[in-house]
Amino acid sequence: MGFAVRFLLPIALILGFLVTVPIWGGRYPTYLTIQIMLLVVFALGFNLLLGYTGLLSFGQAGFFAVGAYVSALILLQVPSLLLGIVGGVLAAGLVALVLGYLSVRLTEIYFSMLTLSFGMMIYSLVWRWRAVTGGDDGLTGVPRAPLDLLVVSIDLSDIMNYYYFVLVVTVAAVFLMYRITRSPLGLTLQAIRDSATRAAFVGIPVRRYRLYAFVIAGLYAGLAGAMLAPLERTVTPIYSHWIYSAEPILATLIGGIYVFAGPIVGAVLFIGIKEIIVRLTEHWMIWMGGIVIVLVLGFRGGVVGTILGWLDRDKETARAEEREPEAGE
Amino acid sequence: MEIYLYQGLVGLTQAMYLWLLAAGLTIAFGVLKVLNFSHGALFMLGAYFALTFYSILGLNFWVSVFLSAACVALIGAVIERFFLRHIYQLELPFQLLLTFGLVLVIDDLVKMAWGRMFLVADVPGFLQGAVWIFGRPFPNYNLFILAVGIGVAIFIWLLFDKTWWGRKVRAAAWSREMSSTLGLDVPRTFTLVFMLAAALAAVGGALSIPMRPASPGLGEAMIVQAFIVTVIGGLGNIRGAFVGAILVGMLTSYSTMLFPLFELFLPYVLMALVLILRPEGILGGR
Repeated sequence: MGFAVRFLLPIALILGFLVTVPIWGGRYPTYLTIQIMLLVVFALGFNLLLGYTGLLSFGQAGFFAVGAYVSALILLQVPSLLLGIVGGVLAAGLVALVLGYLSVRLTEIYFSMLTLSFGMMIYSLVWRWRAVTGGDDGLTGVPRAPLDLLVVSIDLSDIMNYYYFVLVVTVAAVFLMYRITRSPLGLTLQAIRDSATRAAFVGIPVRRYRLYAFVIAGLYAGLAGAMLAPLERTVTPIYSHWIYSAEPILATLIGGIYVFAGPIVGAVLFIGIKEIIVRLTEHWMIWMGGIVIVLVLGFRGGVVGTILGWLDRDKETARAEEREPEAGE
Repeated sequence: MEIYLYQGLVGLTQAMYLWLLAAGLTIAFGVLKVLNFSHGALFMLGAYFALTFYSILGLNFWVSVFLSAACVALIGAVIERFFLRHIYQLELPFQLLLTFGLVLVIDDLVKMAWGRMFLVADVPGFLQGAVWIFGRPFPNYNLFILAVGIGVAIFIWLLFDKTWWGRKVRAAAWSREMSSTLGLDVPRTFTLVFMLAAALAAVGGALSIPMRPASPGLGEAMIVQAFIVTVIGGLGNIRGAFVGAILVGMLTSYSTMLFPLFELFLPYVLMALVLILRPEGILGGR
């Protein structure tokens, strides 16, 4: 009973709400909800690295952009949505495998700086490789191609239909990530986060596990990017810039780093807050910056972590909120 | 042949801009152990303050640069006292995030105060014109930047290696606990060091205004440049930052001439190579 009330009921309510958005909402709320879902996918992947493995990447926008550009390039040639998305995700995963192999040798600030430089390499490549990427103009006219499933072909050119495609993929991605964090892999990553030395001592190949996390984060960033291309119908180099890497970081921080639902709630709040502030004033960044500073100084558990901490101060949430780093990393 | 020598001189000028930009970042990291994402934003503030004093209020160039550095140093004191001081013991992601939050705040404050226009200043009268070097005209202002860069390097070297205060700073950087046990006012020292770092950023920004337009996106462009230079030199290594600046300046200058397609790309390659092969920087040692 407790389980049903605490988990199944809220999930059913949220899903029910999401399914009806295109029915009662107009085009813009639908578009905005898609944006939120893409950021959920992007941030969940990012947080597998930060919250679960203890690695802060500043280059996630690079993988996002690889996903977006490859899916756009495929869709411009072959009008098959599935091919475009899968191609974009795989390309991002491949790039993450290569760059991750080099990155996971480092930790702490050095890891952050290396991922930043890799991300900016992708940015300058996208910017200058005009023949393929269209340079600063980007790629335009990306079709929202139909989804071919064996015999049926579903038309997604209307954003209302595309919404349901993104919803199904996002729900699947969230569920998969939940399973990953509860799997032996997820637990191993947390052990590495808490103390890499101890993890290595019990025989865990630390670098290899960090690479797993890196590639999964890259695949998720690529998936978010690949679904963005048909949504916006345009991809531009801005998606690969390090400033864009800050979006999943901010969303995750707002929601909470050490809680699974953190990046999900954070993505909703990040886009919601931005949407509200932009209506009131053009200066939304100062508010977002203020929120970040307050969160870092006072509420490092994020919104979810802080509320969980208030609700039941049991050992686990208290530890998640005020986790101190292990000595002797 | 002469064009290569000339391009080297251009690269050196570039290097001195990068050095002025990176010096404060690496000093702050070396002493406070916080990588300050908002260093680029402080550089940008330096540029805007100098523009205000020099172009808008019509003050003397030197006075403008000095006032700009003083204003940004004060802002630095506020940042250290009210924000950084509370995050020294936190984990790295939170430290980076706090200074990133400052970037967002400063960026919007700049937009509110100065608008979104690109602002440029005139080269001050006594530095106008050019001298003929290697068969080409080389702006006097570039020579001036070369001199300032070297002057700042000597100043920092004397300050940290030869003065009593520099000794105290190095002691505080080495061990906060030990230094405060011995009666050193560590919090005050940290505030002063961060003010110095902010002032250096501001001087870099102020001196860049005749060459590079100030715009609200300036800070974000500059901070990545500063990261490249400081990482190559080794985070917290002041001498390394000087060498790193020269390497990146030369690389940019020659690649602009020889393979312009990769001019943006190559500094990141150099940064990544240093991180992978020698994370502690080319000069080595922590």
